Amino acid sequence: MKQFEPLTRKKDNQPVRYLIVDDSVFARKSLAKMVESFGGQLAGEAGDGCTAITEYARTKPDLVLMDITMPQMEGIEAVERIVQEHPEARVVMVSSVGYQDNILAALQKGARHFVQKPVRPDALYEIIRYVLNDDGVTAPVGAGENSRREWTSFNRSLAHSIQFSR
Amino acid sequence: MDLIQPFIGSLDSVLAVMMKAPAKIAHLDMEEDGYRRKGLAATVIFKGQIEGRIVLDMEPRAAAQVASYLSGAEVDTSESIVPEAVCELANMVIGNAVTQLNDRGFQFKVYPPSLLTEEQCAKAGQDSEATVLCFETPHGNVHLNIAMHYHARRTRERSPVSV
Repeated sequence: MKQFEPLTRKKDNQPVRYLIVDDSVFARKSLAKMVESFGGQLAGEAGDGCTAITEYARTKPDLVLMDITMPQMEGIEAVERIVQEHPEARVVMVSSVGYQDNILAALQKGARHFVQKPVRPDALYEIIRYVLNDDGVTAPVGAGENSRREWTSFNRSLAHSIQFSR
Repeated sequence: MDLIQPFIGSLDSVLAVMMKAPAKIAHLDMEEDGYRRKGLAATVIFKGQIEGRIVLDMEPRAAAQVASYLSGAEVDTSESIVPEAVCELANMVIGNAVTQLNDRGFQFKVYPPSLLTEEQCAKAGQDSEATVLCFETPHGNVHLNIAMHYHARRTRERSPVSV
């Protein structure tokens, strides 16, 4: 797998810690490999929304990668509950179901971004860099101003859609 | 056919990437009796304005190729992650198709994929007519078994009243 410029935490220059939530063991392994190639560390894993909530509280990760369609509790409800308890939580939704209603619902509940499966590592890297950099958490090596502008523009259009749909 | 096309298009494009060669639709059949599994099969159920289930059935070599692509390492047909890869592929293909249908105004909920045993496979096909497509790939055949119906009444109930 391609290796990326490591993303590190600005406060202590340590690797970014991830919580990966997906009911598929395979998808979790695949995402774990990707975040390792970004220089990250796996803080924890969960196979459903309920476990994600307890794992978040236990591991306090820098970023959560969250699937939507899962047994017991789905990703959107889990995001809502995590963000209610931990407003600083940064969650990126990773799902094969990417219709607009779903994306808007996830963003309204507190998710910071959305990636559709199959996940391309370079796209996920840029999104993670954007989401973490936005809060001043990461110090990415050679952060590109162009990609930042692109994601800002993308986020603005999503925000506009949310306002429009309310 | 309008409802089925997104599933065909989605599988076709995903297979082209993962098999590193274009897939070809070898044949299309209608099945009314129980479905006989050909390899490793996963199913996804959906409910709402459109209800039904899709079975993705792959020859082990094709499934191993998908597992290799997704894991970024060579995977043998005997490895335990191969069936899991079929579920993940079903999830991607059906998720992408559902996204297209939802953006066209159809509302329904998709449930997580699960692996099908031979017995479950036969039972799954007993009560409904299904369209079965066979995709030929360089790594073996992939079958897509689609059984679904459209709830016109539910759609009318949810539509705004015109005056």
